[in-house]
Amino acid sequence: MKTSDKSHMNLSRRTFLVATTAALSAPAVLRASEGVLKVGTYGGYFQDSFDSYIYPDFAAATGISVESIGEPTGEAWLVQLEAAARAGQAPADVSMMAQTPRLKGQKSELWARLDESSMPNLENVPDHFVHRYDDGAVCGVGAVSWYITLVTNTDSHPEAPTSWKALWDPANKDSLGLLALVTNSFLLEVTATTWFGGTDILDTEEGIQQVMDKLAEVKPNVRLWYRDEGQFQQALETGEIPMGQYYHDVTGLAAADGKPVRSTFPEEGGILDSGSWSVSKASQRLDEAQVFVNYMCQPDIQSKLSRFVGTAPVINRELTDLSDEEFGAVASDIPPILPRYDIYDLRSDWLNQKWTELIAG
Amino acid sequence: MTSAERVGSSILTAAIPAAMLICFFVLPFSIMVAVSFFERVQGAFFEPAFVLSNYERFLSPFFGSVLATSLLLAAGASVVSVAVAYPFAWMLVQFRRRGQTLILVFVLAVLSLSEVIIGFAWSSLLSRTAGIGNLLAFAGLVDAPRSYTPGLAALMLGLCYLGLPYAVLVIYPALSRLDPAIPEAARMLGASPLRAFLGTVVPLSRNTISGALILVFVFSLGAYLLPQLLGRPQHWTLSVHITDQAIFQSNLPFAAAMAVLFLMISLLLVGVSMLLGRQRS
Repeated sequence: MKTSDKSHMNLSRRTFLVATTAALSAPAVLRASEGVLKVGTYGGYFQDSFDSYIYPDFAAATGISVESIGEPTGEAWLVQLEAAARAGQAPADVSMMAQTPRLKGQKSELWARLDESSMPNLENVPDHFVHRYDDGAVCGVGAVSWYITLVTNTDSHPEAPTSWKALWDPANKDSLGLLALVTNSFLLEVTATTWFGGTDILDTEEGIQQVMDKLAEVKPNVRLWYRDEGQFQQALETGEIPMGQYYHDVTGLAAADGKPVRSTFPEEGGILDSGSWSVSKASQRLDEAQVFVNYMCQPDIQSKLSRFVGTAPVINRELTDLSDEEFGAVASDIPPILPRYDIYDLRSDWLNQKWTELIAG
Repeated sequence: MTSAERVGSSILTAAIPAAMLICFFVLPFSIMVAVSFFERVQGAFFEPAFVLSNYERFLSPFFGSVLATSLLLAAGASVVSVAVAYPFAWMLVQFRRRGQTLILVFVLAVLSLSEVIIGFAWSSLLSRTAGIGNLLAFAGLVDAPRSYTPGLAALMLGLCYLGLPYAVLVIYPALSRLDPAIPEAARMLGASPLRAFLGTVVPLSRNTISGALILVFVFSLGAYLLPQLLGRPQHWTLSVHITDQAIFQSNLPFAAAMAVLFLMISLLLVGVSMLLGRQRS
């Protein structure tokens, strides 16, 4: 989405350096703050958007001012939060976390237990966006979400495809662009949902192997396994690579710019990726953090995010006042394919090895 | 200057490069070697330990073929670059001084371009929609424009484009210093121009050629962007896989182990070829 969360999923050497530099310089900024809530979001587009649209209104509504922290991408932020928490420090009180690092933090009990009764707006949020410890205590709440969908060049494909099965169609030989990493393409979930009736098959290694064998059939159709979104978007717009998976909202913006591209929610659903608010257990501002999370789960704030930041709401659609057009620009009513972040945590090295052999072997 | 001062200043002049070498090479490399033996903790980072599992993981048919691909690509790029650069440099030294300078500046200007720009430029040039295929179709040489990227040929082209200026940089000075009387003597004794070139110029610059081959080979080994932009997954070099592990999988121990092995094997190859070159001469 836009530039920033793409970069958190898919990190170039440059963004890595920028992010690392930002991370290294962050602690100096932190010490100066007293009596404000420190909120971390991915540096760049997200941070800028939250600075403009969210924090000023939040301060006006609650009297709590926010110090905005730019998080480095990838898992570097988790590592820093862990190290700081061991020293009793919190570089940010509340952090927007991608799901895999959030799960890792949950495993090491890095996140503070949140008090549900002080966050009444949580009832707006569907269960898959309320994260809990095994004992039921809330340790994270959905912050923003975005869809990855099936995209096509409208010149090469006058008819929009209707199903992810189009990826397997021999007619699309050597003409697909797919994300290159197992952890950001979520193609295992897509394959499992399209051909195996759901992602439960990914529970076991045998099941994953079956799904990978099915996914291997796509290989002759793939022209580009991309790490860099710019490369695919350009190829999609020119028709060089007429089909693939891409971010729904960015594709919509390109189409609005007059580019011959479209994003389609396949009947099996788009891939719904997301970031969640998590509070470091070392934070001294748990109450303010809960006020913030509660504030963010309000329908009008979620609508505002959809309109101005381009994210899909993390609450049920009926609660928002988004028009069909506004909602369609960021999401869909078709039930989404939810990534199985748990397997990327549990079997990361095995999955990565199998995946690499699958595409590069 | 007293003799004590002289000794002091010579120690200082030796100390600065040594300190630089320690700071910017020995230390980082030692850290990398140490990390390569650390234990990877899935779902976290790594812990200090002494384990061989990172090296064991590399010893597989898959990574063996990745290593072979990297070495073959680099070797191919270096042979092609030198094969193009050598006659080019020879023709260049026949030019007048002013012409030589102009052409050299033009060739070396390539060095100021980043790998990213070169990669994107070639992928556009070789594309179906905007590339040279359209020119060929316009000239009637092919029926319809087609794409020449991604693929092995596109990748080799990109690597050679990057390697060529380095090869010229090594070969040109040697050829321009070569005494023109030697090939002239061969001509006067009745050799054809080609025979004179192959019989005198080439043998005399054998060391230069092997130097250029090694330089371009080592330089191409590190390529990690071009294989992603111009190649297919089977052409992804070890450098691409090292980046994946270090940045995307947070698996620094495995990335470090791959990097250490890669460096060792490259050094070994370069060492062997230098040894062979010395024996021959």
